[in-house]
Amino acid sequence: MLSARDVSFAYDGALVLDGVELSARPGEVVGLIGPNGSGKTTLLRVLYDALRPRAGLVSLDDEPVTSFGARALARRVAVVAQEAPPDLPITVAELVLLGRSPHRGAFQRYSLEDHRLAAQALRRVGARHLADRSFGTLSGGERQRALIARTLAQEADHLLLDEPTNHLDVRHQHDVLRLVRTLDVTTIVVLHDLNLAARYCDRLVLLHRGDVASSGTTDQVLTAEVLEPVYEIAVRRLCQAGTVQLLFSPLTGADDPEARVGGGHWPNGDMAESPHPQEERR
Amino acid sequence: MIAVDTAPLDRAPAVGLRDDLDHARRRRHTGRWMAGLAGLLVGTLPIAVGLGPVAIAPGTVAQIAGHHLVGWPLALPASDAEDSIVWLVRMPRVLLGATVGAGLAVTGVALQAMVRNVLADPYLLGVTSGASTGAAASILFGVAAGVGAGSLTLSAFVGAMIATAAVFLLARVGGRVTSIRLLLAGVAVGYVLSAATSFLIFASDSPEGARAVLFWMLGSLSLANWSSVTVAGPVILVCLSVLTVWGRRLDALAIGDDTAQTLGVSPARLRTQALLVVALCVGAIVAVSGGIGFVGLIVPHVARLCVGGVHRRVIPVAALIGAIFLVWADVIARTAFDPRELPLGIVTAIVGAPMLFVLIRRFHTPAT
Repeated sequence: MLSARDVSFAYDGALVLDGVELSARPGEVVGLIGPNGSGKTTLLRVLYDALRPRAGLVSLDDEPVTSFGARALARRVAVVAQEAPPDLPITVAELVLLGRSPHRGAFQRYSLEDHRLAAQALRRVGARHLADRSFGTLSGGERQRALIARTLAQEADHLLLDEPTNHLDVRHQHDVLRLVRTLDVTTIVVLHDLNLAARYCDRLVLLHRGDVASSGTTDQVLTAEVLEPVYEIAVRRLCQAGTVQLLFSPLTGADDPEARVGGGHWPNGDMAESPHPQEERR
Repeated sequence: MIAVDTAPLDRAPAVGLRDDLDHARRRRHTGRWMAGLAGLLVGTLPIAVGLGPVAIAPGTVAQIAGHHLVGWPLALPASDAEDSIVWLVRMPRVLLGATVGAGLAVTGVALQAMVRNVLADPYLLGVTSGASTGAAASILFGVAAGVGAGSLTLSAFVGAMIATAAVFLLARVGGRVTSIRLLLAGVAVGYVLSAATSFLIFASDSPEGARAVLFWMLGSLSLANWSSVTVAGPVILVCLSVLTVWGRRLDALAIGDDTAQTLGVSPARLRTQALLVVALCVGAIVAVSGGIGFVGLIVPHVARLCVGGVHRRVIPVAALIGAIFLVWADVIARTAFDPRELPLGIVTAIVGAPMLFVLIRRFHTPAT
C-alpha cells in the first residue's frame, strides 16, 4: 500500500502541491486525473521519491519511502515515466534486463534467471519478438509495452505510470491500459483521458491547482458537478454497458465558473438521433 | 509479487520458461570481440615498437622486452643502440599511446552517457583547455620550472584540475548536476581558458614558444618516458575498472534521470562521482600527451557498433579499440614525415573525420 499524507511541494517558491492526500490499496488501480499543471506528474514523482516533499509524508506499507534507500525502493516500486527515447542505442532486451539491476549488486552480472525473467516479461506484454530491436526505433505502443515489461522484470509490487497512453492511437491506448489491468500489482496511473480513467481505474483522485478536488470511486468523481468547475468545460455523462462515458463541449455564458455548471452548449437533438438508446444518469 | 508464470499472451509456456533471450549467444559474441581485439592489441605492440627510422623486427622487440621485464632471454639479443631505442624510447611511447587511447575512449563513453549526448567527448569538460593554459604558462613563462623536467606535466595537470573544479562548481546548482548544465559549464569554461591560453601566447611575444604550445595542444606522445607510463597508466587503468563496474548505472543514466532514479540509481550522485573519475583520468591523459582530439568522440561509437549499447561491454571494448587506434595513429605521426614529427591530433582528426562521416550515414535517428 502506497500513500501520501498531507503532501506539499513547491518549485522555487511556487506551490505545486498543497496538502495532497492519496492512497492506493493492494491490487487496486488508482487514476490520477486533473487539468494541465494541476500537479499530477509532480505528485507521482514525489511518490517514487524523485522529489522530496516540502511537507507531509509518503509511505509504503506504513514506512516512509525516504527510509528505504534507492535500490530497496526500486525493488518495491516500478515506474514508467515520461521520457524522450535515449539517443544512445539500447536494445529492448537490454532495457528490460535493466529492470533486474536493483536486484543485482555492482559486481554481480545478470544471471540466467534474470534473462529468463526478462524473456517472460517480454512475452507477457506480447513483445518477445521486439527483444533485439533498438528501443529508439519502436513505435509508441511498442515502446510502452517494452517499458511495462521492464517494470515486470523488476518484480515490484507497486507500479506508477505517467500518462502511458500519451501519443498512442485509440486502440493502443486501450491495449496498454488493459495490459496494466491484468497485472496483479498496486497501480497509480496518471491519465488525461477521462473516459479511459472511467473504464480502467477502480478509484480516481482529481487534482486541481495542487489540491485534491475530489477522490473516490470512478462513479463518484466523474460527475458533471465535480468536473465542470475543475476543467471549465461542459460535461455530459452517459452510462453504457456499465461504463461511464463522458461527452465534452465548450462552456457558454458568463465568466463566473459557478454560473457555468450545467451551462454547456450542446447541439440540438444529438442524443435523440443516437442509434442506441442510452440511459442518462444525471 | 507479480506472478510471472501466468503469461496470458504466451502461447507456449514451456518454451517461455526456458527462454533466456539467447543469453549464451550474446556472451559469446562479446567474448569473441574482446578476445579478437585483445589479440590485435598484443600483436600491435611489438610491431609498432619495431616501426620507425631504425626498423627492428617484432621478434627482437619481444626479446628485448622479455629481457628487461622477466630477465629472459638472459643475453641481450640486439645491439646497445637497438636496445635503448626499443626500451628507452619507443616502448614507453607505444605503451603510453595504448593507455592514453584506452583512457580517452573510455572517458568518452562515460561522458556520452553522463550528458546523454552522442557528440560529447572528454574535452567537453574544459579539462583540455585548462591543461593547455597550464602548459602554455609552463612553456612560455616557466611556471613551476622549480620542479624540473616534470614541470610541463605538472602545470598541465594542475590546469586541468582547476578547470574541472570550475566546471563542477558552475554545473552544480542546489546540490544537483544535470546534463545540460554540465554541457554548458564545460563549454563556458573551455572558452574562457582558450582565451587565457591565447592571451598568454600573445603576451609572451615568443614565436618559438607559441609554436611549442600549439604543438602541445594538438597532442603528442613525444614526451613519453617510463615515468609518464608508470604515473598515467595506473590512473587510467583504475578509472577504466571503476567505470566498468558502474556500467549498469551508466546504462540507466543514459536512458534518463527519472529512469535511473526508479532503478535505484541516484542520477545526481552518479554524475558527480563519474565526473570526478573522468576528470582525474582526462587530467592524467592530457598532462602526458596534450590535447589529442577525436579518439574520445569516435571510438565509443565504433565500440557500440561492435557490441551494442550496454556499458559493461562497451567500456572494455572501447578501451581496446582506443588503444589500438592511438598506437597506429602515433606510428603514422612519427614516421610519415620522418624526421619531422606530425602532431598526433592532426593524424587522429584526418583518420577520425572520415569515420565520423561513415557514422553519420549509419546513424539512424530514432523515429518519434
